[in-house]
Amino acid sequence: MGGGARAAPRKPLSAPRIDAARPARRLAAPPLWAGVAVALAGLCFGALMLGPYPLTPAETLGALLGFGDAQAQIVVRNVRLPRVAAALLVGAALAAAGASYQALFRNPLVSPDILGVSAGAGLGAVLGIFLSLPVAAIQGMAFLGGLGAVTLVGLVARAVRGTDPTLALVLTGVVVGALAGAATSLLKVMADPYDQLPAITFWLLGSLASVTMADLAPAAPAVALGLVPLALLRWRINVLSLGDEEARALGVEAGRLRLVVVAAATLATASVVALAGVVGWVGLVIPHVARMLVGPGFGRLLPAAAALGAGYLLVVDTLARTMAAVEIPLGILTAVIGAPFFIWLLARGRRGWL
Amino acid sequence: MRLQAEGLAIGYPGGAVGHDLALAVGPGDILCLLGPNGCGKTTLLRTLLGLLPPLAGGVSLGGERLERLSRAEIARRAAYVPQAHAPPFPFTALEIVLMGRTARLPPFGQPGRADRAAALAALTRLGIGDLAARDYSQLSGGQRQLVLIARALAQEAPLIVMDEPTASLDFGNQARVLAEIAALAGAARGDGRAVVLTTHDPDQAFALNAQVVLMKAGRIVARGAPENALTSAALSEVYGVPVVVERTQSGRAVCAPTLARQSAPSITSEALTIT
Repeated sequence: MGGGARAAPRKPLSAPRIDAARPARRLAAPPLWAGVAVALAGLCFGALMLGPYPLTPAETLGALLGFGDAQAQIVVRNVRLPRVAAALLVGAALAAAGASYQALFRNPLVSPDILGVSAGAGLGAVLGIFLSLPVAAIQGMAFLGGLGAVTLVGLVARAVRGTDPTLALVLTGVVVGALAGAATSLLKVMADPYDQLPAITFWLLGSLASVTMADLAPAAPAVALGLVPLALLRWRINVLSLGDEEARALGVEAGRLRLVVVAAATLATASVVALAGVVGWVGLVIPHVARMLVGPGFGRLLPAAAALGAGYLLVVDTLARTMAAVEIPLGILTAVIGAPFFIWLLARGRRGWL
Repeated sequence: MRLQAEGLAIGYPGGAVGHDLALAVGPGDILCLLGPNGCGKTTLLRTLLGLLPPLAGGVSLGGERLERLSRAEIARRAAYVPQAHAPPFPFTALEIVLMGRTARLPPFGQPGRADRAAALAALTRLGIGDLAARDYSQLSGGQRQLVLIARALAQEAPLIVMDEPTASLDFGNQARVLAEIAALAGAARGDGRAVVLTTHDPDQAFALNAQVVLMKAGRIVARGAPENALTSAALSEVYGVPVVVERTQSGRAVCAPTLARQSAPSITSEALTIT
């Protein structure tokens, strides 16, 4: 019944994705992705040049290939390269996870932050730091914390079904996030103020300042382990975004798929939270931009979100370490950029894109 | 593909909605479920599709019990046309129709050229090929309903189950959708599909010359050909208002409630209060 009234078309669609353009798009796709790769490579090269010890393109290239000034080689290969790689990884993982959560919860306003995944993963990782666990164990704790938070949010939101499901989901996420935040604060109070507390605080604001190749080694495969199932299941994730019942009627084992997608997206999120701390907003903002560019089809949305997220976080991280004499925590910059964008989305309020 | 249900009790654990339901549909049949709001029509549809487990009895599709079939196997046998809705993301109409191909794809598969052709053919068959690239969430209710029917066609299932397919449609689109349903069943050609639909309009059962199951409060109170099942007495009983069934000059049956006199003043006073 009422379905027709809700989505009154605001403006006639100027058919940006016309049928005739479909085959053309297929042909255009490889050059498009090649262009994206070139742009990302350019950003990476720029990021390697910039910093308190600026380098010319020639010096950077030489240092990358193992020629020239020894100090430049150390700066590029030991300091900046891991950082650039980490920024790409974190941005791609958060944006891809955000796109997945949005499809899964059928809600374009959810993200790892809003669903409490980041806060839960943060709590897990802080607990790991508090207990002086090794890096791999901290990642494991982050994963469990994130999974626990998103499961709790999903269950509670389902239990309070009487209200608007979107509102229930978002509010539950806020509540669970606040609860995890409180527990995190408790750990901060109890932590060793000279050794653990600075590490926890800096880490909670999100930073790639101290990332080394050794940190990347466990995080990268974990992120890949999260993203590969999402890429493989891309068509079924489209179908799932119609809702469980319809997806089941179309032949998808919705419950099982939902579990796999939640676990995969949470693994990707938690792995990068363990690496870079809590970097908010990327998982909300970037999937939106990607959806505006390539539409909601998950097969295109996932790589687009990952590429955009990687580039975005690389730019933000480069700003974070070059803008001021002191390193600015990543989470602060992404919030300063993300919050106004979120308000703009709400104000625009056009159904479909929002 | 034969759909058969026997001794069916439907509903949710602790809240049965219907009892002792039995029905059978075969190729070329159209089964029309009629009954007032809340009589269990939609719950019955969900049970027939295996979306809700029966509380008692069982449903079989093509001779096999639903609980022994995978979701994909059920989807290859039975397509579901829900009421037109707005999904949260701006998929194109073509993408929505392509989703009907999912049950024919391997787990990690993507729809290919043949699937795309099938989807476009389904849209074209319903005369809405020009909507393929349009944003589904921006279409009118009638267009969306047609797209969902196209999706069921692309699913290529021998049974199509529709939940109030004409509920959100204007006068003209209702007629078009009914004509398509009649064509789907295509009894004359012998390769017809089985169609099960719910509706609020008993006229449609006559127009489709469908088999009727008339429900009230979770029980079947009449069944059979429309002229036998949808009598003035039965309809009046089930809907709680006096209904007359008359024949037009061309021989079509029309069911119409006689508007009871005493309710008129109360409607007027409500209207006044609102103003």
